[in-house]
Amino acid sequence: MKGRSIALVVYFVFLLLPIYWLVNMSLKTNQEILSGLTLFPREPTLANFHTILTDPSWYMGYVNSLIYVVMNTVISLSVALPAAYAFSRFRFIGDKHVFFWLLTNRMAPPAVFLLPFFQLYQALGLFDTHIAVALAHCLFNVPLAVWILEGFMSGVPKEIDETAYVDGYSFPHFFVRIFLPLIKAGIGVTAFFCFMFSWVELLLARTLTATNAKPIASTMTRTVSAAGMDWGLLAAAGVLTIVPGALVIWFVRNYMAKGFALGRV
Amino acid sequence: MDKIENNKAWFLVLPVFVIVAISAIIPLMTVVNYAFQDIFSPQDRYWVGTEWFESVLADDDLHGALIRQFVFSFVILLIEIPLGIALALAMPARGWRASLALVLMALPLLIPWNVVGTIWQVFARADIGLGGWLVNALGIPYNYTSDPVAAWLTIVVMDVWHWTPLVVLLCYAGLRAIPDAYYQAAAIDGATPWKVFRHIELPKMRGVLLIAVLLRFMDSFMIYTEPFVVTGGGPGNATTFLSIHLTKIAIGQMDLGPAAAISIIYFLIILTLSFVFYNVMTRMGTGERA
Amino acid sequence: MEALATLIRSMAWTMPVGLFFAGVALLLLVMTGLQFAYPTIERKGFLPMTTTRGDRVFIGLLGAAWIHLAWLALVAAPLWWASILAVLWFALVLRFG
Repeated sequence: MKGRSIALVVYFVFLLLPIYWLVNMSLKTNQEILSGLTLFPREPTLANFHTILTDPSWYMGYVNSLIYVVMNTVISLSVALPAAYAFSRFRFIGDKHVFFWLLTNRMAPPAVFLLPFFQLYQALGLFDTHIAVALAHCLFNVPLAVWILEGFMSGVPKEIDETAYVDGYSFPHFFVRIFLPLIKAGIGVTAFFCFMFSWVELLLARTLTATNAKPIASTMTRTVSAAGMDWGLLAAAGVLTIVPGALVIWFVRNYMAKGFALGRV
Repeated sequence: MDKIENNKAWFLVLPVFVIVAISAIIPLMTVVNYAFQDIFSPQDRYWVGTEWFESVLADDDLHGALIRQFVFSFVILLIEIPLGIALALAMPARGWRASLALVLMALPLLIPWNVVGTIWQVFARADIGLGGWLVNALGIPYNYTSDPVAAWLTIVVMDVWHWTPLVVLLCYAGLRAIPDAYYQAAAIDGATPWKVFRHIELPKMRGVLLIAVLLRFMDSFMIYTEPFVVTGGGPGNATTFLSIHLTKIAIGQMDLGPAAAISIIYFLIILTLSFVFYNVMTRMGTGERA
Repeated sequence: MEALATLIRSMAWTMPVGLFFAGVALLLLVMTGLQFAYPTIERKGFLPMTTTRGDRVFIGLLGAAWIHLAWLALVAAPLWWASILAVLWFALVLRFG
């Protein structure tokens, strides 16, 4: 038992050290970063964070990212809920094949879709809009949402549906008022996964935007290379991208393991 | 498993079908069209038959990228799956320690991929990064921008850092589903920890492990952002994986035809592997949902 | 409508590819119709798993695509030889898979 705990602690040190290093750098001036290795900032400064939070060309990156991530989560959940119910309750023609087809889209590399997406959205005048990125991310988030939700819904006994229909509930009424509250945790976990995968994806988000909907990730690459490697600013921007994730994780921490288990993902 | 036969369920699936069809089928059709033409502009394009496929299939750069991609994905699985199982077994079962360990474990999964790249790009540098500095201080010359072996090591360590937590969380979920009575029975029988693992814990984890292998293989097979930020595919072509190669041709050189041909080959590989994995999963995993 | 036209133009359609996808769509329709008329029964052929009719069609098509690619990569002879091979493979899987 002792040995296991020590191994775990060692792993957490390995896990946290690079993150600590990023935080450490974000609190330093560039002179200090480049003048040699210091384990903690000698003259801690919030100047890097101040720059980001006061300059619209920086903080709008976060706003843009959050907008398309939330859009994507809402779209993914609202289309996936009825579909997952159908897969968990009914047999219908081609059901297994559609399920497999959805899965392949979760597995397909975004790089394959990059070029046609670019052409497609340009033709439709959607290029450089939030909805373009949100829709593109549906490619992998909708299948994922269906997969997780189907797992959760299969855990709810069918007798509940049957009783409700016998009691005279219509399908929409039953689904929204009785069924959805039963899988609250599942919906929360699914929203968490949609949020997470849309938040961390960069290749599509960067290619489908130019200025108006530019995500924070590409703000980081461009501004920094133009300014000739401002390490402190880069680190501060990186630290700020970790914050939303860390907040979301805190809310689902108790459901996470359960979600992983029931949702099979 | 006694589902009701009802084709009206299609109406419930329709929204998903439409939205995924728009974002998957239309691009796929476009790619197939591109793969058989030389395109200068929408009006100025010529049918070239299988010319792109022939040139792409004979291209050493693609062969190299393919081989590197398979090697990388296998190395990743070989490290992350056993490590993930071991760490899941070491995780505390309940209480505040379990919550804390879970939150810490999930942290790398929520960092945008380019920031993961940035973190390691900095951390592994010998001059301003703690990791690179430590390795050099131990007397091992290490520079990932000029040495292919060091570049590979950096990418592999980064991926282990980034994705092992996913395997841990999946296995952890599988382990929590084991009733305490199993362990009590094993204790009465005087079973060794190895026997407990082999006959109780591992079988219970089989379902989630299959998912872990599937997800890790597929996701490492499409890896792009993290290595691109750290090494840009270099030094030389040493860390140019399949997605990096494809993006270089599609966006960097705007060679629509060859890029489309590579995309189709890439997609066929994914389709075949998904089909195999999916069938193994549904055949081995049914009845035992984690 | 305007948007739809631009969309279709941006897809750079050509006749052979159009025919190919029309064929795929037709195949899906036929498969659906067949499923209503003669529901499929899972069976075990020479493939290492039990398959439905739909599975066999999918495996057949996937194999046909690989045969064409392998031919382009390895053999110098004209491609229609590969097509003959692919058709044979497709029939084989459909009948005995």
